[in-house]
Amino acid sequence: MRWRLPFSPWHLLLMPLALLFVLPLVQMVLTSFMSSAEINQFPPQLLPTSLHLSGYRALLTETPALRWLFNSVLVSVVSVIGHLILCSTAGYGFARLKFAGRGVAFLVIVATVMIPIQLLMIPTYLMFARIGIVDTLAAAFVPWLASAFGIFLMRQFFLALPVELEEAALIDGCGTWRTFWSIVLPLARPALATLAIFTLLSSWNDLLWPLVAISDDNRFTLQVGLANFQGMRRTEWSQLMAGNVLATAPLIVAFLIAQRKFIATMTFSGLKG
Amino acid sequence: MAVTFAASSRAFAQPARRRRSARRNLTGWAFAGPATALVAGLSLFPAVWAFFISRAKWNGIAPATQVGWANYQRLATDPDMLAAARHTLLLTALFVPASIFLGILLAVALNQKIRLIGFYRTCIFVPYVASAAATGILAGFVFNPQFGAANDVLRHLGIPAQQFLESPSQALYVICLIALWGEVGFTTVIYLAALQDIPRDLVEAARMDGAGKWRVFRHITLPELRPVTVFTAVWQTITAMQLFDLIYTTTRGGPLNSTQTVVYYIYELAFQTQRLGYGAAAAYLLFAVTFLLTLLVIWYGRRRGSEVF
Repeated sequence: MRWRLPFSPWHLLLMPLALLFVLPLVQMVLTSFMSSAEINQFPPQLLPTSLHLSGYRALLTETPALRWLFNSVLVSVVSVIGHLILCSTAGYGFARLKFAGRGVAFLVIVATVMIPIQLLMIPTYLMFARIGIVDTLAAAFVPWLASAFGIFLMRQFFLALPVELEEAALIDGCGTWRTFWSIVLPLARPALATLAIFTLLSSWNDLLWPLVAISDDNRFTLQVGLANFQGMRRTEWSQLMAGNVLATAPLIVAFLIAQRKFIATMTFSGLKG
Repeated sequence: MAVTFAASSRAFAQPARRRRSARRNLTGWAFAGPATALVAGLSLFPAVWAFFISRAKWNGIAPATQVGWANYQRLATDPDMLAAARHTLLLTALFVPASIFLGILLAVALNQKIRLIGFYRTCIFVPYVASAAATGILAGFVFNPQFGAANDVLRHLGIPAQQFLESPSQALYVICLIALWGEVGFTTVIYLAALQDIPRDLVEAARMDGAGKWRVFRHITLPELRPVTVFTAVWQTITAMQLFDLIYTTTRGGPLNSTQTVVYYIYELAFQTQRLGYGAAAAYLLFAVTFLLTLLVIWYGRRRGSEVF
């Protein structure tokens, strides 16, 4: 008789890997509630002896972390709104409307897809310095107001919509704007959600560009603030982990709530991006 | 009579038609114009400008002096640039195959219909949502040589404590591991979607013909995944070539420059030492190499018979 495991052998692979992926994050949260004495011992303890808030208290009093959090929220919200408005209108324009120069304009957008931020950061910095928005929050969100990827995404979605509904609306006397606003956009909700999540992930997690564009402490985003704080205080682990919790918790909570939508976004940015 | 009527009606129609097409153009540009202007103004224009900057010696303040191709010539013999290029290529050569292999393995595992599968999926995807900056800071803690969890695990396995990020010979490999931890969720999601797209009849037909699980995987599943693999290879190559956030929050290029990547070097050149022209030249070189590598991957994928691009 063949000997059999009482459970699927896949568990033997998945359980350790799943723990490997999630335990560091668990340790991050738990460490943010530890005292320095608890952290600086070997072997390391996973659980704090009691809920120490000293890490959070020190972070909030010694750094403008709340300000950074506010800045990050502002930058992300403006970026998401910008993307939703500009990319959905442009996507609709390229998918449905006929106008002189449409082909050229779309070609320009296609051509920009491969250009990486590393190439753009020097001239963009100089450009922003010239119009005087370097070192303001605008510098952080202006590059995120629209993207070639977002325009593609929306265009693909509109191309796949049956055109009959819009034709019916036009015959009923709806103008282009009204048709777009009250017929097409409500249908585009799934694509808009994907676009919003994509923009939120990219703008909230962005480090290189805001690091370059902003040097005033009070205008840092959370990622920049933490990265620079870590450069100065390499050993204040409870504060650093508290900051890490602030920087990751909003997206992780959003992910846990809307996991399907996030995964659909990742898949889409992969297969169509 | 009929002819005059037709002619005059055409004469009437023309301004109206022109007005209508002007209106159509206006509406079209009102929809597409703002985003197009923004994308062109923030990437096409700066990309062209970057090329002119790369042919100058400039600190951003004093007037620039044109030096032609001198910056590019210097890059070819700059030991720091060569070291950065070596680190970046090594990182790419490790990261891309590993993330593809792990992505396929995890996707196949997560595609099983077993208990706890939802929990496993959540666990494996969650690090992808965490920012690279936070991941880097967290890694500094986990791999801390004095009290980090990584050394604790090694101690349990009977292996002596390591220096990890503080060792010039280990730091780059540790960073590659951290990058995998943060990015593998992405390739896994892509492969999981691709696995679910494989027609079920194909697998069932092979089963009927007596193929075992392994042979189905080897001869049906893997070939079906090939187009996706070309895509993930391109995407992960770009990710690895542009690695910056993790370096900035773990080693800042150290110890002894052992983890200095090209992007980190560009950042230092342009924004720490204000050598804008030289930095722009390095950025263009990186862009060109990334572009060529991408074409190479696509060409290789095509030759193996998959057309995705």
